[in-house]
Amino acid sequence: MADLLFLIPLLPLTGFLINGLLLGRLPKWMISAVACGSVGLSFLLSAAAFFELRSLAPEARQLTQTLFTWISVDQLEVNFGFLLDPLSAVMILVVSGVGFLIHVYSVGYMGHDKGYGRYFAYLNLFMFAMLTLVLADNFLLLFVGWEGVGLCSYLLIGFWYEKQSATDAGKKAFIVNRIGDFGFLIGMFVIFWSVGSLDFVTVSRMAPEVFIAGGSLITAACLLLFLGAVGKSAQIPLYVWLPDAMEGPTPVSALIHAATMVTAGVYMLARTNALFVLAPDALFVVAVIGGLTAIFAATIGLAQNDIKRVLAYSTVSQLGYMFLACGVAAFTAGIFHLMTHAFFKALLFLGAGSVIHAMSGKQDMRDMGGLKKYLPTTFRTMVIATLAIAGIPLFSGFFSKDEILWKAYSSTMHGGWYFWLLGVAGAGLTAFYMFRLVFLTFYGEERMDAETKHHIHESPRSMTVPLVILAVLSVIGGYVGMPQLFGATNYFEEWLHPVMTAGSHEIAPHALASGGYSLVEEWTLMLASVALVLFAIYLANYYYRRNVGAAGRLAQRLSGIKTLLVNKYYVDEIYGAVVVRPLVYFSLFLWKIFDVIVIDGTLNGIAVLWRDLSDEFRYTQSGQLRNYATIFSIGVVILLAYFMFG
Amino acid sequence: MVPVSAYLTLAVVLFGIGTVGVLVTRNMIVLFMSIELMLNAANLAIMAFSRAFSLVDGHVIVFLVLTIAAAEAAVGLALIVMVYRNRETVNIDRFNLMKW
Repeated sequence: MADLLFLIPLLPLTGFLINGLLLGRLPKWMISAVACGSVGLSFLLSAAAFFELRSLAPEARQLTQTLFTWISVDQLEVNFGFLLDPLSAVMILVVSGVGFLIHVYSVGYMGHDKGYGRYFAYLNLFMFAMLTLVLADNFLLLFVGWEGVGLCSYLLIGFWYEKQSATDAGKKAFIVNRIGDFGFLIGMFVIFWSVGSLDFVTVSRMAPEVFIAGGSLITAACLLLFLGAVGKSAQIPLYVWLPDAMEGPTPVSALIHAATMVTAGVYMLARTNALFVLAPDALFVVAVIGGLTAIFAATIGLAQNDIKRVLAYSTVSQLGYMFLACGVAAFTAGIFHLMTHAFFKALLFLGAGSVIHAMSGKQDMRDMGGLKKYLPTTFRTMVIATLAIAGIPLFSGFFSKDEILWKAYSSTMHGGWYFWLLGVAGAGLTAFYMFRLVFLTFYGEERMDAETKHHIHESPRSMTVPLVILAVLSVIGGYVGMPQLFGATNYFEEWLHPVMTAGSHEIAPHALASGGYSLVEEWTLMLASVALVLFAIYLANYYYRRNVGAAGRLAQRLSGIKTLLVNKYYVDEIYGAVVVRPLVYFSLFLWKIFDVIVIDGTLNGIAVLWRDLSDEFRYTQSGQLRNYATIFSIGVVILLAYFMFG
Repeated sequence: MVPVSAYLTLAVVLFGIGTVGVLVTRNMIVLFMSIELMLNAANLAIMAFSRAFSLVDGHVIVFLVLTIAAAEAAVGLALIVMVYRNRETVNIDRFNLMKW
């Protein structure tokens, strides 16, 4: 199996090449077959790899495949190699599994689009890049995947390139990500400079010897890596691109901007956990940023009316949870939430896509309502996903979110009631805005116009089947990581244990342990968060279903806050004024003043000077031989005089 | 024995006449002859020094110069003939195409 590892990313690449090179020349069914087939095979191989890995002893669960030496310069030796360990096994399963379902869904959703072949080519290219990212055995190859998914994100956000807003959003995503990538690159340089290798296994093993725990070097390296994660995973302050990325087709939002690509930052942190546990200060920053993002994005989500934008802010907020988990050194909890989130958030997006499909492309929830009876399957699956993300017990989101909240409270690495409070407040807000979405969309009076209403229909089977599968996963996905509190074994934590402690034996046990707390405390916190969530649902029910007028009156009373939230705290405007506008003016200065006047002026000035001078002096070229001879003779006489008497 | 200064004076006079001839004449043939005069003035100076210092080198150089001058005269005259055939004149002032 280890020899076939390379096929997992290679198959989607083949699909991309076939669909990309034969753009639009294949019939539609063949495009779909190539695209879905390649990813489906990847998923089967991933599953095979997972089971093979499981059959090994826990400490031997590390398969590598080196295809060739990519770069070899002096000390720098970078292989094009793949690493299969419990962490990447989870990731490839999630990526190729959810990816496959979304490919199938896209067959129905994009069926009428004229860019059908192009869409699937991009989607396959994305799968290739993402699988390379999670399978890479060194930083540089991970970075290749990292940039590859960024490129595909850009291409797919701007997929409908006739729309100005879509191309703008694509550009914004790409440019904002550049800032993070810059940090990632520098962090990578620091690591290579100190360790002398970019290989994950080597770096993790050497890190405790090379770096002084808590030293400034390792803190700087981790913060720089985290800057990369902040860009890719849309955290404060670089989250602004993700809500705009909703301009892309909805399955793209589900795949790239919810389930997989945006979680790459979390994966990267988990992958380099051996470094981060050496830098508690950096971890504290991670936890603070994650916690703040979780609650900040959730508040914005309260007031959005575009169904996809609510989900986008929800994604930002949920990613914040994952970083909060990583920040308290509970990397396993972060990855666990990454997995369950991939299921229910992909489902939410695909459900939203199904709603948008039924609404003839309209996304404003104020024009929806009462869709429950028209879209029964979509409705049921969406409700399951909403229960999961809200953290209702027995749904997957409950287990992962509770794990994070408990770790945020109890971890010896920065754990504390304030992080728990941030998380639990975010959970309440999440439950509120998600149920607001459900009530506005599926309940109440039908607010759409007659034309749209006439066209409402349940989506085709290619779309509903992935919804149902994801709904099942959203329910059962959490049972692999049940808390010990319930007397169950946490298989997920056990599975990831070898990766999360590799190379950090000295520090990890204290950091990861959550001992010293009583069961009563854990039960209390869990019940408190569940109670808050239920209360939030009750409120959403009251304001958006039972008593529709009350929401308006409340909004009127809090109009200041509402304006602030609707305008997303004016962050885009602030960035525009503080960063973008000065940059534009500076560029204009460089262009109009510095380039045109100073540089071009100097060059042209020199040319003009000599041209004008020669204009005057050319008259000395009379063409008269005797003139030349005379001047020549005079010159000789002068020179002679100079040598004889001078 | 005639002093070196006399030869040199003669050489300078000849060279001056040649130079003035080049500068004032319009006729290519005369111009050419003036150049020959300058050339031979130089030869004379070399000979004078050669004799004064009793060195044979000067004689050798003069022979070389004479030979080359003969060859150059042949080429130069041929050019002038060709020029005349084309333009029907040897007035140097009429050949001023290479100006500004």
